[in-house]
Amino acid sequence: MTVSLALLVTAAVLSAVGGVLLLTRSLTRVLLGAVVLGNGVNLLVLTSTGSAGEAPLLYPHVVRNRVTDPLPQAIALTAIVISLATTAFLLSLAYRSHQVTGSDEISDDAEDRLVALRAEVLHRRGELRARYRRARAERGTTQEQRARYRAARRRLRDRLREERAYQARANDVSGNLWNDILGADPEDYRAGREQGTTDPAGRPGPAPAHDAGPSNDPGESGREPEDGTDGTPDRSPGRPGQPDDPEGPGTEGTR
Amino acid sequence: MNALVPLPVLLPLCVTGLELALGPRLRRFKRLVSLAVLGAVCALSVTLMIAADRHGPLHVDLGDFAPPLGVTLVADRLAGLMLTVSSAITLLVHLYSLGQGMADRDERTPVGVFHPAYLILVAGVSCTFLAGDLVNLYVGFEIMLVASYVLLTIGGTATRVRAGSTYVIVSLFSSTLFLVAIAMTYAVAGTVNFAQLAGRLQEIPLGVRTLLEAMLLTVFAIKAAVFPLAAWLPDSYPTAPAPVTAVFAGLLTKVGVYAMLRTQTLLFPGHRLGDLLMLAALASMAVGILGAVAQTDLKRVLTFTLISHIGYMVFGIGLAGRAALGAAIVYVAHHITVQTTLFLVAGLIERRDGTTELTRLGGLARSAPLLAVLFFVPAMNLAGIPPLSGFIGKLGLMRAGVDHGGAWAWTLVAGSAATSLLTLYVMAKVWNLAFWRQAPPGTEEEGVVLESEEDDDGDDGDDGDTESGGTGSRRPAPAGAVVTAGLLGRSITTTRHPPWPMVTATCAAVALGLLYTVLGGPLTTFTDHAAAELIARTPYIEAVLGR
Repeated sequence: MTVSLALLVTAAVLSAVGGVLLLTRSLTRVLLGAVVLGNGVNLLVLTSTGSAGEAPLLYPHVVRNRVTDPLPQAIALTAIVISLATTAFLLSLAYRSHQVTGSDEISDDAEDRLVALRAEVLHRRGELRARYRRARAERGTTQEQRARYRAARRRLRDRLREERAYQARANDVSGNLWNDILGADPEDYRAGREQGTTDPAGRPGPAPAHDAGPSNDPGESGREPEDGTDGTPDRSPGRPGQPDDPEGPGTEGTR
Repeated sequence: MNALVPLPVLLPLCVTGLELALGPRLRRFKRLVSLAVLGAVCALSVTLMIAADRHGPLHVDLGDFAPPLGVTLVADRLAGLMLTVSSAITLLVHLYSLGQGMADRDERTPVGVFHPAYLILVAGVSCTFLAGDLVNLYVGFEIMLVASYVLLTIGGTATRVRAGSTYVIVSLFSSTLFLVAIAMTYAVAGTVNFAQLAGRLQEIPLGVRTLLEAMLLTVFAIKAAVFPLAAWLPDSYPTAPAPVTAVFAGLLTKVGVYAMLRTQTLLFPGHRLGDLLMLAALASMAVGILGAVAQTDLKRVLTFTLISHIGYMVFGIGLAGRAALGAAIVYVAHHITVQTTLFLVAGLIERRDGTTELTRLGGLARSAPLLAVLFFVPAMNLAGIPPLSGFIGKLGLMRAGVDHGGAWAWTLVAGSAATSLLTLYVMAKVWNLAFWRQAPPGTEEEGVVLESEEDDDGDDGDDGDTESGGTGSRRPAPAGAVVTAGLLGRSITTTRHPPWPMVTATCAAVALGLLYTVLGGPLTTFTDHAAAELIARTPYIEAVLGR
C-alpha cells in the first residue's frame, strides 16, 4: 500500500491549524478549528485506504486494482456527517453565548477562580489579623496603625470584589490571541480588561455590549459568589461593613 | 434471540422520531410512550444478559454483510450487564425528570427537547455497549455526545452555555483523536471489526500496537475522566439540571470505562500499559478525592468523588487478571447506580431548599428524614461500608491487587484504602453540614420560585406554562447562588414535598443499590464469568466470525 505524501502533508497541516484554533477562547475560532481539524482527520482516514477486497458488488470482469477500498470512504462520510452536526451545534452555542454575555469568548470557570482566590485572600487576611493582634497585645495601637490595618483589609476586600465584577462581565480574556493559547498571566488579563469592556464606574455588571435586554440588576452583591465565611445571604448593599468582617458587604459607596 | 440485539438501539430512536413527528401534540401520550420504551429497553437488556449468560455471546451482522464491511453488534455477558444497569438507571432518571418537569410547570420544553434528546442519549449508550467494531463504537459515542450537548445546555443560560462550551470542545477533540486512531488501525490491520482485529493486531509490530493502544486509551480516558484528562468534568457537569447531571455522572463516564475494558482485553491482551494505567488510577483517586474535600457545593463534591472513583475501575483494568476484571465490572455496575442516586438526592435537596451549597443547608435530618435516609444509604455505599455493594467491589479489587503482588499493585491497594477513608470523611462532612447540624437562619420557606438573576433575553418570552398558576412568591435567588436547578436553568420552585415521581425514582435507585448487596453472590459469579469470557477472548471471536 502506497500513501500519497501530498494527502498526508495536507492532513498534518490542517490538523495543526485546527488544533491551534481549538485552543483559543473565542467560540467562533474554535468552530473554525473544529471544521479544519475535522477535514484534516478525514483526509487522514482516506489515506488509510488499502487495496479493495472481494466486495459483494464487484462484477467478475472488474479489475481489482482500479477499484478503491469502500470502507475508509464510508468512515470519512460518517465523520463528515457527525462533524456537520457538531459544527451546527457549536455555531448555535457561539451565537447563544453572544446573545447572553455579549461575547462568544469562554470565561474561566467561576468556581475554579473563586477557590484559588478564596484561599489566597483568607490566608492574607489571617496573616494580617495575626500581625495586628500581636502588635495590639504588645504595645497597643495608634490611630494611624488602625487606619493602616483597615486600609489593608479594604484592599483585600476590593480584590475580591474586583474579581467578582470581572467574573460578572464574563470578560476574562487578555485580548491577545497568543496569550489565550499559551495561558496568560493575570497581568495580561488586566491589560485586556482595560482595552476591553469596562463600564465607566468600573462597577460589576453586564458588559456594555449586553444591552439587548432589560438588565435586571439585582445590586452588585447579587452577583457575588458566596465567600464561604459568612453563611447567610446578604442582600443589603447599604449596610456598613463591620470592622471585624473584612469580607462584609456594603462598601459600594467607598469606590 | 439474535434478532433482539439491535433493539435497545432501534427502539429509542424510533420513538424519538415518533415524538418529533407528533410535534407539540399529545403530551401525556408521549410521556407514557417514553416511559414505556425505556421499560421495554430495560426488559430487553435483561433478556439479552440472561441469553448471553446461557448461550454465549449473541451477535448480528446488520444487513447481513460479513464483518470487514458490515456493522456488527455483539452482546456478551459484559455488554448485557452494562445494558441492564444503564437501562434501569435511565428508566429511573426519566421518571425523576418527569416529576421535575411537572413541578416546575415547564412542560413544553421537556417534552419538546428534553425527551427526544434523552432517548437519543439512551440509544447512543446502548449502541456503544453493543458495538462490535471500532467505527460503530465511534458512532455510538457520537450519538451519545451530540444528545448530551443538547441536554447539558438545555435552557441556554449563560452558565450552561459556558459549561457546555468546555464540554463540547473537549468531546470534539477526543472524538477527533478517536477517528485518527481508527484510521491508523485500519491502515495497519485492514479491518475495524473487534473480532478480526483481535487476531490481526497480534501480527503487527509491537511499537505500532502500543501506539494504537495508547491512542485508544487516551480517547477513552478523556471520556471516562481519568485524572490528567478529567479537568473538564467538574467544570461542566454541576450546572446541568439534576436528572441530566445524574445520568451523565452515572453513565457517560462508565461508557468510557467500558470501552477501555473492551479494547484492553480483546484487542490488546498482555497489558503493556498496565503500569501506566495504574499510575493514572492512583492519580485519579488522590486528586479526585482531595478535590472533593475542598468543595463546599454538594454537586461539585459529588463530581469530584466521581473522578476519584473512576480510579478504582481503571485500577482493575490495569491489573487485568480475572479477579481484578471481575471486581472492576462489579464496581462499574455499583458506581453507575450509586453515583446517579447521589445526584438524584442532590436534586431533591435543591428542590427542597433551592440550593446545594453546603454552607446554606442544615437540619435536613430532622426536617426531612426520608431525604436523610435516601442520602445516607448511597453515601455509605459509595464509601464502601460493608455489607453494601461498594464494599464488595472494593474488597474484590484489593484482593486482586494483593494477589497480583507487584509494587504498583500494593501502592494502589494502599491508595484505594486511603481513598475510601477520605470518601467516608467527605460523606460525613456533607452529612454533618447538610443533615445533622441545626439549620442556619434564612433557609427558604415553601413555595418560593427562585429565579436566576441571569438576564433572559426575551426571545422565548412566551413562557406561559411556567408562569400560569404559580402559587408561591417569585423572587430572585439569594446572593451568590446561581440557579441551575430547573430544567431550563432559570427558575426553580422550592417545595417541602417534592413531587412523587422524583421521590419514587430516588427510592427505587437506592433500592437498586441495595439489590446488588442482596444479589451479591449471583452478581459476583456473573461478573467472574464475564471476566473469564473477556480474558479467554475465543467465545467472542468465535461468535462473531462464526468458526
